[in-house]
Amino acid sequence: MTGPALTGALADHPALERWVAFPAPGKVTVYSGKVEIGQGVLTALVQLAAEELDIAASRITIEAGDTDLTPNEGFTAGSQSMQFGGVALRQACAEVRALFLDHAARVLGCSEAELAIDDGRILRNGRPTAEDYWTLAPSVSLAAKASGGAPRKATAHYRIVGRSEARLDLPAKVFGAPVFIHDIAFDGMVHARAVRQPRRNAAIASVDEAAIRRAARTAIEIVRLGNFLAIVGADETAVEAAAVAAESHVTWSGVEPLNPQQEQASSLLQQPTIDRVVGTAAATEAAPRTAYHEATYTRGYLAHASIAPSCALAEYRDGRLTVWTHAQGVFPLRAALAQSLQLDPAQVSVRHVQGPGCYGHNGADDVAADAAIIAMRMPGTPIRVRWRREEEFAFEPVSPAMVVKVRAALDDAGRPADWTAEIWSGAHSTRPGSGNLLAAQALPDPPPELPSADVPDAAGGGAVRNGTPLYDIATKRVIHHLVPETPLRTSALRGLGAMPNVFAIECFIDELAERAGRDPVEYRLAITPDPRARAVIARAAAMSGWQAGMPAGSGRGRGIGFARYKDRAAYAAVVVELEADETIRLVKMWCAADAGLVVNPDGAVNQLEGNMIQSAS
Amino acid sequence: MATINLTVNGRAVRVTVANEETPLLAVLRDELHLVGTRFGCGLEQCGCCMVLLDGAPTKSCAKPIWSVAGKSVVTVEGLGTPERPHPLQQALLDAQAGQCGYCLSGILISAKALLDRNPNPTRAEIARALDDNICRCGSHNRILRAVEQAAQHPAAAR
Repeated sequence: MTGPALTGALADHPALERWVAFPAPGKVTVYSGKVEIGQGVLTALVQLAAEELDIAASRITIEAGDTDLTPNEGFTAGSQSMQFGGVALRQACAEVRALFLDHAARVLGCSEAELAIDDGRILRNGRPTAEDYWTLAPSVSLAAKASGGAPRKATAHYRIVGRSEARLDLPAKVFGAPVFIHDIAFDGMVHARAVRQPRRNAAIASVDEAAIRRAARTAIEIVRLGNFLAIVGADETAVEAAAVAAESHVTWSGVEPLNPQQEQASSLLQQPTIDRVVGTAAATEAAPRTAYHEATYTRGYLAHASIAPSCALAEYRDGRLTVWTHAQGVFPLRAALAQSLQLDPAQVSVRHVQGPGCYGHNGADDVAADAAIIAMRMPGTPIRVRWRREEEFAFEPVSPAMVVKVRAALDDAGRPADWTAEIWSGAHSTRPGSGNLLAAQALPDPPPELPSADVPDAAGGGAVRNGTPLYDIATKRVIHHLVPETPLRTSALRGLGAMPNVFAIECFIDELAERAGRDPVEYRLAITPDPRARAVIARAAAMSGWQAGMPAGSGRGRGIGFARYKDRAAYAAVVVELEADETIRLVKMWCAADAGLVVNPDGAVNQLEGNMIQSAS
Repeated sequence: MATINLTVNGRAVRVTVANEETPLLAVLRDELHLVGTRFGCGLEQCGCCMVLLDGAPTKSCAKPIWSVAGKSVVTVEGLGTPERPHPLQQALLDAQAGQCGYCLSGILISAKALLDRNPNPTRAEIARALDDNICRCGSHNRILRAVEQAAQHPAAAR
């Protein structure tokens, strides 16, 4: 049977055994390259698999993010785990179900049309048979490749998808079980801390090893390779004390100091840039408009500031390197580690273990590189590295500062007729795979500095993500000024450029509404052609009991914002009520969202709530 | 070398440490294998490492082990089990109050300390009691609702 072309990870890994297994009677294992980073994805993936296989979700165990076990699905990022990972797993399960039904029809000597599956049991004309997935499994080879043509269950028949199933990972967390990477301990394990290069290309000038050993108060080892320096020992408290002391006992050359002015987003405007235009070319208006509006918005560098610093374990034994990590992509990390350590990727296993909440490219990959480098020097000894809080803040990649300058020509009704957004920003993704592992830069033969590049527009863009308003404007364009050299290492944080861009667009629209003397909700609806966009704006306004303006002198005010993520994913509108007194207080927020087919409604609500609080914090 | 006696979750324990400045958190996690109390910042700023020390919510990450000699420590493992959850644990699950869940052990301890001294707290009192606990994922509203729900349970304060 040939069907539609396979897409995404299923095309890369068409063998069904890469996705589904029947390890024991009543049990199913599914495999995903997407990982749990606090967003509840494993629960939703299990729901999709259970639905498509027609079995109870409780029978399913999910293995996620293990280079030895699971398909390579790149990074768990960009709000794409359901859109791509879910769709791949769903199709794989549909293919498995079709194979079993085909085989069952032959075993039972009937037509497939008579068969159905209920919690894994094969029914014929609605009655139980002696067969189920597990009786048939020995004679159905899952080495078969997905055809792409197996029919998926119709949405109207969903029973598990669309239900708010409880998070599978939450009980263990509420009872304090060892679920996080920080909780892993191996026999014979030693602790390590790196002494970080203050800046890229900094070189060690001197090391007072005696002073560092005195600070430890117990035996430690000092590992050095080029400009990579690490403290290793059995007692974590001693290793930590030595690492803190080392900051005063190691001197570096080639450190260019930062000046505080470089922290400001506005300093981007003085930097060399690589420029391009996205959208309609510069305005060529027959009759120049008389009315213009212009405003500039900035946002500084932003840390992920996860609740705990990054942690990893690594062991090099019998020519194999095994790494335990909470990074977002086990396969890209494996490739980057193999390259940095001059190993064959086949010699490296990378396993995901849950970590503290992850909102983008934090220190997880870098701490894994620290552990791996030390493990290679100490074969047979498991190495655990846990960054210090200060280390995480100082050395994790941060979200780039941005400047967004909007200029619009207005028509006679005060609506935007021509729109230009100029966006200044550093690169929004420098994930490993592009060779960006912090410790690798300190090794004797550091990888060359890669040319700065932003996320391609086809992948949703980086600085230009959500940079073009969805509003009905005759001509609109983004002038993207990529700042290739920023004082801090920058990379992905939730939404990349979307957050500053949406902030700029929505502030600007408010200013236009005010200028036109119109209510912000009504003004938006008048220039919003997309009915789904109109629906979330109207719904959020209705939920909040929106009224045009709050009573004067109440000290309270309301605002509304709208966006469709990447201009092609979920829609959301949010109303916020603020109280302005000596301080500004957030009183209440309302959100209406349209995310299309939602696998776990409470999971989606939980994510929306978290994003609202995080954005407002 | 120093030997310290203390009570952990109702059990008398004796620990021997090389350095009596070793934090209580490290002893709980590494010596006693009670890893439910999480390491968050190591600087007494995030609340992940909260334990009850003679009934008072206390950050354990920078608390030297010598300073807790003879005292009673309760960790999240001392609250309840999957078979017999504490009402606060059940309420967090009922409200699906968590995303990454890293902060929840500390939040459970702070909330228990609150309900032990004030079985009927207002939402403002709950928020104040949890002010030293950071949740970075933004589960705050669900956590507040869960603590309110747990307070309705007759066995919440115990």
